Amino acid sequence: MAYSKELIDHYENPRNVGAMDEDDGNIGTGLVGAPACGDVMKLQIKVSADGIIEDAKFKTFGCGSAIASSSLVTEWIKGKTLDQATEIKNTDIADELALPPVKIHCSILAEDAIKAAVQDYKEKTSVKKNAAE
Amino acid sequence: MTKAHWTLNNPLYMDYQATTPTDKRVVEAMVPYWTEKFGNPHSRNHHFGWEAEDAVEIAREHVASIIGASPKEVIFTSGATEANNLALKGVAKFYGDQRNHIITCVTEHKCILETCRSLQQDGFDVTFLHVKENGLIDLDDLKAAITDKTLLVSIMAVNNEIGVIQPLKEIGQLCRDNKVFFHTDAAQAVGKMPLDVEDLNIDLMSISGHKMYGPMGVGALYVRRRPRVRLVPLIHGGGQERGMRSGTLPTPLVVGFGKACEIAKKEMGMESERLRGFQIKLFEGLKACIPEIYLNGDLESRIPGNLNISFSYVEGEGLMMGIKDLGVSSGSACTSASLEPSYVLRALGVEEELAHTSLRLGLGRFTTEDDIDYAIERISQEVNRLRDLSPLWDMAQAGVDIKSIKWAEH
Repeated sequence: MAYSKELIDHYENPRNVGAMDEDDGNIGTGLVGAPACGDVMKLQIKVSADGIIEDAKFKTFGCGSAIASSSLVTEWIKGKTLDQATEIKNTDIADELALPPVKIHCSILAEDAIKAAVQDYKEKTSVKKNAAE
Repeated sequence: MTKAHWTLNNPLYMDYQATTPTDKRVVEAMVPYWTEKFGNPHSRNHHFGWEAEDAVEIAREHVASIIGASPKEVIFTSGATEANNLALKGVAKFYGDQRNHIITCVTEHKCILETCRSLQQDGFDVTFLHVKENGLIDLDDLKAAITDKTLLVSIMAVNNEIGVIQPLKEIGQLCRDNKVFFHTDAAQAVGKMPLDVEDLNIDLMSISGHKMYGPMGVGALYVRRRPRVRLVPLIHGGGQERGMRSGTLPTPLVVGFGKACEIAKKEMGMESERLRGFQIKLFEGLKACIPEIYLNGDLESRIPGNLNISFSYVEGEGLMMGIKDLGVSSGSACTSASLEPSYVLRALGVEEELAHTSLRLGLGRFTTEDDIDYAIERISQEVNRLRDLSPLWDMAQAGVDIKSIKWAEH
């Protein structure tokens, strides 16, 4: 099974690896997958006051396709609004990395990670707003 | 730093339990039997046939000799899968109307497990023994499982994933005392450790050519003559191999298999000693460079050419992608079609998350000390790189118990 150049590049030179402070109100964290299933993705977004994703970081436990999928989405979501980010579909990720059929679940997980991070951020800001009111 | 002489296109082979390279001396022995000595060994009336037959019989002696058997007890097959099928189905079919219970174990190779399942469908009772944490069966479990209906016990000599050696002598004695046939799948054992069918009370033994530096496509089933074990053939035809396995023998493959046994018998002692040193060096070297790694299966009762290690917090297939200059195998789900982690590791009680992080490292005749240094360096580099990428590693470092998190299993 030969992997695409794009996939191997993301695996060997993953972009935006790291972690941000989960307690910071401008940061949303998504943690998806399960160790028992062999994939866990942690995706974090830093959102500006006008609702733009300024920065994204990830850490992933998983196969090469899972690592590449999460690295790719960190690049894609930077500069996007929250709504634009959640419009990214797993099929876009799978196409870009030319994932083989058995690896489609990795792209689904990456899509879920974006949604989870956005959700976390929104929950935090609504709590903040409620507290302010 | 060791010399990085291995590349993606010329990787270091460390998967000796999958197959072994055919020894050049074996290939040399085989070549004439394709060209000038091409006769059918079953042609009884001319020089070409006799020449091939002589070669086959010499090979049969070598195969018999490495397991302490008589040549008449060796039936050539296409490999260990066929030998396992023939042993189980053949004996079951011959004696099934008297006794219909078979005992085997959950960590056997698929060709034993699937054959047993097929026999269950034919009405046989099969007991699948569990194994202890070290991968070995519990003799008390075996003793308890034997009934007056038990026909056959089939327990592998050496496990293909974790390299552990089952207590063959004790199993053999137990079977003999209870007048039950003892079959062992010795595909991973012959040529790696001394085996004597008399000493171990083995009645049937499956052997593979390509796991011991012989060619692919040939193997053998040892079938005891005294006391006699009878079986119904799977393949009918011209009655070759004493009627137990019809079909023209592939002379070049049989000759190569014989040569491989001859070499292994001579060199096994030295080779095991050398590999034992490498095994210890590799395991100690990895432990020194990488914290929190776990050996799967017993270390003492284990062939020297195998290590199976869980590199916690790093998924096995992801790791293999990083060490493409090493040809190794993983117990991770992602490398199999089923997406389930290794059933062998699960049977030892290795938790799923650790089963996903395992690599099988196989050493053999052509492994060098430099290779061991290279493997330690490359595996530790890559495990450490991937742990820096792993959210689970971060959590573990921060003291978070990964089991305390409610994961959404997908």
